[in-house]
Amino acid sequence: MSERMGFFTDTSVCIGCKACEVACKTWNDVPADGMDLLGMSYDNTGSLNANTWRHVAFIEQTVEDDTRWLMSSDVCKHCTEAGCLDVCPTGALFRTEFDTVVVQADVCNGCGYCVPACPFGVIDRREDDGRAWKCTLCYDRIRDGLTPACATACPTESIQYGPLDELRERADKRLEELHAKGEKDARLYGRSPDDGVGGAGAFFLLLDEPEIYGLPENPVVTTRDLPAMWKRAGVAAVAVVAGVAASFLGKR
Amino acid sequence: MAECHPVGFQWVMAAKARGAKIIHIDPRFTRTSAVSDLFVPIRAGSDIAFLGGLVNYVLRHGKEFREYVVAYTNAAALINEDFRDTEDLDGLFSGYDPEGHVYDHTSWAYQGAEAQALAGDPEDRTGGRRHQEAAQAEKRGSGGAPVSAKPDVDLTLEHPRCVFQILKRHYARYTPEMVEEICGVPAPKFLEVAEAITANSGRDRTTALCYAVGWTQHTVGVQYIRTASILQTLLGNIGRPGGGILALRGHASIQGSTDIPTLFNILPGYIPMPHARQHLDLASFVARDAGRTGFWGNMDAYTVSLLKAWWGEHATAENDFCFDYLPRLTGDHGTYDTVLRQINGECKGYFLVGENPAVGSANGKLQRLGLANLDWLVVRDLQMIESATFWRDGPEIETGELRTEEIGTEVFFLPAAAHTEKDGSFTNTQRLLQWHHKAVEPPGDARSDLWFYYHLGKLVRHKVRASPDPRDLPLQHLTWSYAEEGPLGEPSADSVLAEINGNGPDGPLSAYTELRTDGSTTCGCWIYCGVRAGGVNQAARRKPGQEQTWVAPEWGWAWPANRRIIYNRASADPAGRPWSERKKYIWWDASEGRWAGADVPDFEPTKPPDFTPEPGAKAQHALAGDDPFIMQTDGKAWLFAPAGLADGPLPTHYEPLESPYSNPLYSQQVNPAMQRYEHPANPYNGSAFPYVVTTYRLTEHHTAGGMSRTLPYLSELQPEFFCEVSPELATERGLEHLGWATIITSRTAIEARVLVTRRMKPLRMGGQVVHQVGLPYHWGPNGLSMGDAANDILGVAADPNVHIQESKAATCDIRPGRRPRGQAMLDLVEEYRRRG
Amino acid sequence: MGVRQWLRSWPVIRQITGDDPSGRGNAVRSAATERTAPRTAHADSVTRSICPYCAVGCGQRVFVQDGRVTQIEGDPDSPISRGRLCPKGSASKQLVTSPSRVTKVLYRRPYGTDWEELDLGQAMDMIAERVLATRAATWQQRDEDGLTLRRTLGFASLGGATLDNEENYLMKKLYTALGAVQIENQARI
Repeated sequence: MSERMGFFTDTSVCIGCKACEVACKTWNDVPADGMDLLGMSYDNTGSLNANTWRHVAFIEQTVEDDTRWLMSSDVCKHCTEAGCLDVCPTGALFRTEFDTVVVQADVCNGCGYCVPACPFGVIDRREDDGRAWKCTLCYDRIRDGLTPACATACPTESIQYGPLDELRERADKRLEELHAKGEKDARLYGRSPDDGVGGAGAFFLLLDEPEIYGLPENPVVTTRDLPAMWKRAGVAAVAVVAGVAASFLGKR
Repeated sequence: MAECHPVGFQWVMAAKARGAKIIHIDPRFTRTSAVSDLFVPIRAGSDIAFLGGLVNYVLRHGKEFREYVVAYTNAAALINEDFRDTEDLDGLFSGYDPEGHVYDHTSWAYQGAEAQALAGDPEDRTGGRRHQEAAQAEKRGSGGAPVSAKPDVDLTLEHPRCVFQILKRHYARYTPEMVEEICGVPAPKFLEVAEAITANSGRDRTTALCYAVGWTQHTVGVQYIRTASILQTLLGNIGRPGGGILALRGHASIQGSTDIPTLFNILPGYIPMPHARQHLDLASFVARDAGRTGFWGNMDAYTVSLLKAWWGEHATAENDFCFDYLPRLTGDHGTYDTVLRQINGECKGYFLVGENPAVGSANGKLQRLGLANLDWLVVRDLQMIESATFWRDGPEIETGELRTEEIGTEVFFLPAAAHTEKDGSFTNTQRLLQWHHKAVEPPGDARSDLWFYYHLGKLVRHKVRASPDPRDLPLQHLTWSYAEEGPLGEPSADSVLAEINGNGPDGPLSAYTELRTDGSTTCGCWIYCGVRAGGVNQAARRKPGQEQTWVAPEWGWAWPANRRIIYNRASADPAGRPWSERKKYIWWDASEGRWAGADVPDFEPTKPPDFTPEPGAKAQHALAGDDPFIMQTDGKAWLFAPAGLADGPLPTHYEPLESPYSNPLYSQQVNPAMQRYEHPANPYNGSAFPYVVTTYRLTEHHTAGGMSRTLPYLSELQPEFFCEVSPELATERGLEHLGWATIITSRTAIEARVLVTRRMKPLRMGGQVVHQVGLPYHWGPNGLSMGDAANDILGVAADPNVHIQESKAATCDIRPGRRPRGQAMLDLVEEYRRRG
Repeated sequence: MGVRQWLRSWPVIRQITGDDPSGRGNAVRSAATERTAPRTAHADSVTRSICPYCAVGCGQRVFVQDGRVTQIEGDPDSPISRGRLCPKGSASKQLVTSPSRVTKVLYRRPYGTDWEELDLGQAMDMIAERVLATRAATWQQRDEDGLTLRRTLGFASLGGATLDNEENYLMKKLYTALGAVQIENQARI
């Protein structure tokens, strides 16, 4: 196992250029995703989905007479406790040697269990082929020592790629700096191993509440209660079998 | 800058991380504003007032970098006693001819040094709009207009007629309150900017100004830049690291396209095209146009070397080096003038080479009427652009103004090669030439533009090879042999670069100082001389940045002479010492007897700081060791321009041609020397248009869209034409977010989806509320992402110096709903025209 | 692949026998995953280039395989861009490989209602003929005062500013020799 690799997206230096979106699509041959003027500021992508693995959100705020325009490039969080991975029945989703979570397109059968399992709404099925797609953290590139496409392109180093431990250290320092400058609402998101997904492999520095950016405030891995659920499911299954048996018996 | 030059903006972000303060001044709140320390919304078309306010602040509070100003600028020069300022003449400078709408520059001259007007011909100075319009000012792309000698000076800067005092009086009324009234910027906010800029300039600190076409596309565009130059020169921010006025150019080689121009008024290296009345022969050409001092004093050598490059052995001293082969100008032959000639039938053929004027030029209808009246049109592009399809789907077909079956234009569409399919060099926004290598062959019939012109030249030359007509001599004698490569017969771009670089008796030249007047040297573009020094393509150098100094002199090649900061002699004090350790760049190394530093000195390398020229010296030998502005005839930065400009020696605020507001400074409302283009399809707006409108770009698209609206990955990011309005304007006009709006001027009406956003802010100018409508201009009817073309609503009126159109400030009306179709659309516009 | 090896490649076998009992890591890696490598690793050549969009002049590396551009990304050596590209620069591959690029010469005859295909050589010859004919018909040798003009205002040119310096040079040189003066560029606009 290599070191755990990840993304630190520092939204305080994001200029919303969307280079990450295009670089990602170009490298990964992700199809274009429709031509809709959404009216969500300059965001016409809308959200992460099967055909959008990086998504830049634009949030316009007015505080008294001052305008603030927040921009943030969202991506799969590559959770420590990944719901999508837990529920995948085919082994299409797997955890790589970099501790990232990747879908194997040649294995995925399009069952779609992973889709509701993601607390962030990231993973999604493509309409045409039915399979599930999401950010791979450019698994092919990083296996060869390259940087993922989005982080390679990012003009302002808003997207940083590296060993997660290093990124966390860097992020802590950056947060301190911003707090010292009076950015009191600045916070790290997905940084803590104690959060609901056990910490994210791709985490963020935000300048406001996560919900403002369309991120859940306290994401919890959907499979957290899985053992208990299995137990309950087991009881239910026994009951069903019993019921079925009873019905057969009854018919007889 | 973040919006249109995101990767360049990484350096701004890097500076910010190190404590630099970023101020963004713009009519709209952009991606740049989002990460700036201070955003200052401003009324489009009012920047001279803002910058003039800063100049006034500097002068009033004694914030100028005095030692720099006295030594390196013309602040001390005394001006002719006949000079009258706009403050004396209610908005006019002395010398204005109200009949011809032109200035006679004579009274703007230095005292004691009769300013040589752009051309010696008095007719050219005093009258004849056509003559002045030969855009002589634009050839100043590398140095100011010639003046004949050094002026009388008052180094105390106290003389009432010295430039410094004239400047002080001229800008005295540009107070914070006046800035507020003209620009809609509250006085306290203006003062915050003024304090920040002045505190960050001087010995230890420098401030940089960055601009783009938001400053150039005005009827006073050149004067916008001049105001910035005055401010930066007063603060000592020119020729020094971290300073400067940086033009953020929007196309890969737009700098190169003026250096080696495809522009009507200049030859390569900013040598003017000869004018029929002034330049009867080579002697009159170089005598009248070359400054007698400074490096332009060698214009004869530059010109002869160019003529030798083009006509080779046929160019001899006896025949004036074929000077007579050059066609002559008689006035404005710029692109908008040409369009009018197309409409009146005089201009019958047209080449469009990677350009889409049906979308990208102001007043698209005018453009398309021109295209529709041609005999033949050649379009070269990657994709099927609107300028090639106007005859079947242009807006005039829809309105019934044009009918496909009645358009006689013969159209050739020739597919072009992409940058990956050809060798060649781009010159970027900092004068840096960078070579791109061919990676693959172009597909199908696609060819490079180099291939097209080389083979067209071969064909044409073949067809006239036996012609006895003397007009064909320049073709017959033209040097036109370039190595052909590969299966397509691609001419070698490197061999063309070799011709541009030039040769002497000993082979490739390495510097323009080697050029001679006797015909022994050839050089296709003197400022590029050295790009192939030693026979090596210096533009292709790619020593990794990490392995070089921060100046990175071994990456590509910058003109002139690989200098990265121009006029860098000014980074040292008059004695040749760095102004400060922190801002050390180029300095005099007395022990070595030469200038040293991280960059190539923009100065003669061994001329000591205390050098005093001999009386009567010529060219660079007439400049002293502390004259850093070596392309200027007097070696000084011009706070006041005693020659060279068509509309005044000092910038002053005029309203845009189309403005809902009166000029609070003078009864002279607009630039009195601006250039108008009279045509029924180009009417100017009257009073029926209450709102200010401006156009701009988005990160996701590129100019007129040919290279972005055709690509799925970019189109989906900004899929449709939209307008941006404030919530207040939306309420006033009943506009709904994501609904449709129709934007109307006296030219036409267009429709756009509406984005209501607080990023557009109504401004207050005195008692008036200013509403601005923002229009990104990338769209047209073709491609994947479609919409009306914003440029269609703009009129054509231009800066008199460079003929660039005013497309960044105009007036419009806006109303909810889609625009009418067919005749109803024409009726709507007609109704507005009637209203005034 | 022997039977034993084949059996071992079964995810479920790997799950039971390996270090990944939950079947969420190594046990489920497919053969394709094992082979994963960046496509740039197989490139036949990497060509140094410059972004064709704005004038910042970012360095690009163009990866080519089997005569086709397979990837364009930033050149980390460039002291200007440090390997970065904006969305337009990042879309360069789509720009040069776009299926909507026109690759045939097209011709619209006067008053025509549609495009026709035309041979490139024939088009070149027709254009050369048009240039010379228009030039001859509109030639101005002298003005009304007898001063030399030596020019034609009969045809014009407007170039984009993505033209290479070498291209602009040949254009200006040829046009000037032809006596054409209405030679313009986006730089005016």
